[in-house]
Amino acid sequence: MSLLEVKNLRVEFPTRRGTLLAIDDVSFTIEPGEVLGVVGESGAGKSLTGAAIIGLLEPPGRVAAGEIWLEGERIDNLDYEDMRKIRGKKIGAIFQDPLTSLNPLYTVGKQLTETILVHMDMTVKQVKTRAIELLEEVGIPAAAKRIDSYPHEFSGGMRQRVVIALALCANPKLIVADEPTTALDVSIQAQIIALLKRLCKDHKTAVMLITHDMGVIAETADRVAVMYAGRIAEIGDVRDVIKHAKHPYTHGLMGSIPVVGHDVDVLQQIDGSMPRLNEIPQGCAFNPRCPETTERCFVERPDLMKTEGSNMAACWKFDMERANA
Amino acid sequence: MPEGNPQSAAAGPAVLEVRDLAKHFDVSKPWLARVLENQPKQILKAVDGLSFEINKGETFSLVGESGCGKSTVAKLIVGLHRPSRGEIIFDGINLSNVTDKKEANAVRRRWQMIFQDPYASLNPRWRVRDIVSEPIRVFKLARSSEEIRDRVGELLTQVGLSPADGDKFPHEFSGGQRQRISIARALSSEPEFLVCDEPTSALDVSVQAQILNLMKDLQRRLGLTYLFISHNLAVVYHVSDKIGVMYLGRLCEIATASDLFKNPKHPYTRLLLNAIPDMDMTGKARLPVQGEVPNPIDPPNGCSFHPRCPFANERCRQESPQLQKSGDTIVACHAVEENRSS
Repeated sequence: MSLLEVKNLRVEFPTRRGTLLAIDDVSFTIEPGEVLGVVGESGAGKSLTGAAIIGLLEPPGRVAAGEIWLEGERIDNLDYEDMRKIRGKKIGAIFQDPLTSLNPLYTVGKQLTETILVHMDMTVKQVKTRAIELLEEVGIPAAAKRIDSYPHEFSGGMRQRVVIALALCANPKLIVADEPTTALDVSIQAQIIALLKRLCKDHKTAVMLITHDMGVIAETADRVAVMYAGRIAEIGDVRDVIKHAKHPYTHGLMGSIPVVGHDVDVLQQIDGSMPRLNEIPQGCAFNPRCPETTERCFVERPDLMKTEGSNMAACWKFDMERANA
Repeated sequence: MPEGNPQSAAAGPAVLEVRDLAKHFDVSKPWLARVLENQPKQILKAVDGLSFEINKGETFSLVGESGCGKSTVAKLIVGLHRPSRGEIIFDGINLSNVTDKKEANAVRRRWQMIFQDPYASLNPRWRVRDIVSEPIRVFKLARSSEEIRDRVGELLTQVGLSPADGDKFPHEFSGGQRQRISIARALSSEPEFLVCDEPTSALDVSVQAQILNLMKDLQRRLGLTYLFISHNLAVVYHVSDKIGVMYLGRLCEIATASDLFKNPKHPYTRLLLNAIPDMDMTGKARLPVQGEVPNPIDPPNGCSFHPRCPFANERCRQESPQLQKSGDTIVACHAVEENRSS
């Protein structure tokens, strides 16, 4: 059984000028211990997918259709209190900016012990030891001393380590990490990626890693889902998606990333930009930028289809190939 | 070009020469608090003794982590900060000697800046036409409003927008298009030299590729010289001819792009290159990078990199290294100098 199963998820934002469809019919699964990367440009809906899973969609956004199952239990229709018990206990969360995800008024130790007390059956003394253990595990030097420090006394990288410790508090099965390294410098980013990888292996925690940075995905993920305009354009093993992208969007995206060691004079470019939510064209949302459109692309919206590799791509190209075969 | 540097005649004469440039910020507490608590003044040495030159038609990049002073250098060069020490020589003119307003305007027209955030650098209440034509009006480069209009149309076409976009406001454009507008504005005074401070960091990758391609294309067509500032090493690799690596307000290595990436000398450069995520997925093990950038208000003695450096010895803790030639690159490192850096 998959650890997490998202079926036909649809997230809407009702506004005065009509309902915006931010996530349209997204389905995927995460297996236990697996790292699923979710990439896409800003506005593609990757963070919203994460927020929908942890039940933290900002109103007026709401899950309009679809189901989310965690360990065989449906979690998208739970009420606030029940969801609170799952959040932190079964699903941990790491957000982009460690300064805003920690409370500046409480010491790091207080925030850790509070979270542990809520979710675990432990005495106050055990909790303190556990908190120090956690800080040591995420690589904070002199953890026993630093536990009484406030977030502002830590550097950015150290704060992100504290946030990771917080997410790990109750040994969750799944961590939703939304741009965990984006606010950090490259050398610190490498440290945090290495840490996340090690911890997930040790604890057998699955991670949904949301980022716009393909490099981070290449380093960390087992599988990757590429999102475009609220839908999954391509999903598959990370190596297949990066090296043998099938969807024209993924293909263009890979070519547009400068890579050290690849001498190209002109980067491949995808002209135009992603459509706004209220201007998503009929048919395939990528059709205005796609170099390989056919008539069908402007009429019908493609679903994920099998390709020759392990990837699934939402492109009519692959339907035709199958029909011809 | 009236004057050139004979040393670098092969790559074109130096357009910009920076000598021992420094910018110190006073970040002390107010006077009274300082007296009561008996504390000395605190000086943040954001840029501390930088020297480099940029040749005509090339792209020189400054890379480094946040807080290393790369943006301060950009601001010093375009004149948004006054240097605490050192000289900036633009095309043979020492900028600290230019006091006459007319003269200053004549020089200033010749360089422009592109900023990081296209949402903050365009006035939301101005039409694109007015934004793009501001330098033309300030430097009085056109005689009539028709001429301005034609020129703006031309500029917008040049950056891949249409002349009709001049009537719109910035909010009607996406991030990438806005960055095109700021490039059009920068080009409107027909500059020779552009300072680009993280021009693509706020953009998505597919849009970043468009802007980088556009900037390269413009450089080729107009013979522009770029000072490119970025923290993204892959982008820097793609655009640069020469690269300077900064750490805590100082340059630790200057080399051509191919030398720097193939044969990095300074331990910090190696650390940075090692930290780039591996897109080719070769699966090679990476040395975990230790430590973080120290507080620039209180930098370590000697070489500021020594607490993180695997080759540091007593000399590194005592003595600050100077930039020296080592093969084709210029490096500031005792370990490289003494051949104990491998």
